[in-house]
Amino acid sequence: MNVNRPWWRPDGFAVYAVIYLTFIYLPVLFLPLFSFNKSKYIAFPLKGFTFQWYEKMINTPDLLEALMNSVKVGVAVAVVSTMFGLLAAKAVTRYRIPGQGPVLGFIMVPLVIPGIILAIALLILITQLDIPLSLWTVGFAHMLLCTPFAMLVLISRMEGFDKSLEEAALDLGEGAWMTFWRVTFPIVLPGIIASLLLTFTISFDEFVLAFFLTSTDPTLPIYIWSSLRFPTKIPPVLALGATIFVLSFVVVSFAEWIRRRGVKLESSSGI
Amino acid sequence: MSRSATSSPGISLRLRRRFLESEALRGFSLLSPTLLAMVFGLAMPLLVLFTLSFWLQDYVDFIKTFSWKNYADFFAKPIYGMILFKSIKISGMVTLATVLLAYPMAYFIAFRIKTNKLVWLILITVPFWTSYLLRVFAWKLMLGYNGVVNSGLKSIGLISEPLEFLLYNPMAVTITLAHAWAAFAILPIYVSLEKIDRSLLEAARDLGENAFMTFVRVTLPLSLPGVIAASLLVFIPTVGDYVTPSLVGGPSGIMIGNIIQSMFGKAFNWPLGAAISVMVMLTITAMVCVLLWGTHQFRRRVA
Repeated sequence: MNVNRPWWRPDGFAVYAVIYLTFIYLPVLFLPLFSFNKSKYIAFPLKGFTFQWYEKMINTPDLLEALMNSVKVGVAVAVVSTMFGLLAAKAVTRYRIPGQGPVLGFIMVPLVIPGIILAIALLILITQLDIPLSLWTVGFAHMLLCTPFAMLVLISRMEGFDKSLEEAALDLGEGAWMTFWRVTFPIVLPGIIASLLLTFTISFDEFVLAFFLTSTDPTLPIYIWSSLRFPTKIPPVLALGATIFVLSFVVVSFAEWIRRRGVKLESSSGI
Repeated sequence: MSRSATSSPGISLRLRRRFLESEALRGFSLLSPTLLAMVFGLAMPLLVLFTLSFWLQDYVDFIKTFSWKNYADFFAKPIYGMILFKSIKISGMVTLATVLLAYPMAYFIAFRIKTNKLVWLILITVPFWTSYLLRVFAWKLMLGYNGVVNSGLKSIGLISEPLEFLLYNPMAVTITLAHAWAAFAILPIYVSLEKIDRSLLEAARDLGENAFMTFVRVTLPLSLPGVIAASLLVFIPTVGDYVTPSLVGGPSGIMIGNIIQSMFGKAFNWPLGAAISVMVMLTITAMVCVLLWGTHQFRRRVA
């Protein structure tokens, strides 16, 4: 087995990689294609190029409202679950806690329950407590789902954390809060950003919990779901999907560029 | 960071010292907000779900006396058991397909790619930035009457009429789910392969194993944790999936998620829905135990 072969030389694995990438990309690439198609119906043959669905997207207030709802819920969920995740991650990486395994296992449970069961369990509890369904109940459910993810990301960032750095700061006279702010926080920051991005994405795309737990305010996935039943409503949704895709591509590329710049600066200043 | 009471200075000082000395106390106080939120949002709803499964529906109210009737109904009407079995079968196929398809890809990135692995990992996750619903919808587009596959086959003259059996069946559900969950299989397998100490592979080769046996006896057993994680991450959520069977499953492709949803919708029998959910959770737990036991046996035999 020649492990030094460059990847572009035809090799069983490389060929397989291309086939695999085709499989995961092909269906998804047809969505933006149809957002430029001059026909109300999502079917072949293509009818010609148009921007009209992007215009229609901007002029559909329901769609924009659903988008805003999803952004609101997503931001709140990202902040809250990252804070919960940060506290839990700090607790388990800094202190030895009896029964740590079961406690962590319990927090992870939302990852191993089918979404629909978590959704109906919450629905039953919420109606039994006479709490009205709203975006708040959706946000609460998303927080449950996102906290384990935030915790996992932050634990992996904090695992190698050198506790003597904090002790040094405390010895040198910083208070507990300033120690956190000036020592712990900067070190953990990349993990926090990763956690915010991940939890926002999960909440933004989550359908089943929102489907059961909202009343009249739709989130974006719920709007998409309802428009999938009306073929003529689909093209603007595809336009929005393509727009979001391009935006997230820009954000990720930008984040990666910042990261590389950060790495370069660190290495050039000899740290 | 201390939250102890400050009623009298002497006691508070002692409390404070004890608090600072005890690792467990400080750890738990940091953990408590998260833990409380999860107890309220997770343990309580599940408990309520379990309780409700022993109640009965009476128009819009519940009859709050203990009864086994929902479970009796579940076993009396074969349709529930059959659909649960079918869901397990579909999810099992999906899991097998995603893991088998993902393994070579993860292997390729872990062992053959030397530079810019991160770019490859991002490349794999990019398709999954599209909304889950739209990704499922994309398969309707691929397999539909005027879809990609039919148009493609027609244009090269292989068929004259569109094939109708592509969409609205369990096969369409399986393919769609296998596509939708691909990234969840690749990443854990990749991580476990990447962690393998390369000198172990060299040692196996030096000691006379061939490439294939090195893979079977060293690489595969060491990557099993990733394979198990991938299997669980795909299997558990897909058993209860509701979106995919609704969009591409048709009448023959409905899964247990659709039944649960109907109990909370049209059929309006929440307690029976709760009982079915409990049965689903029990079945999943049993399946996971079998899987873990199976891999344990495999490890003992091979490694």
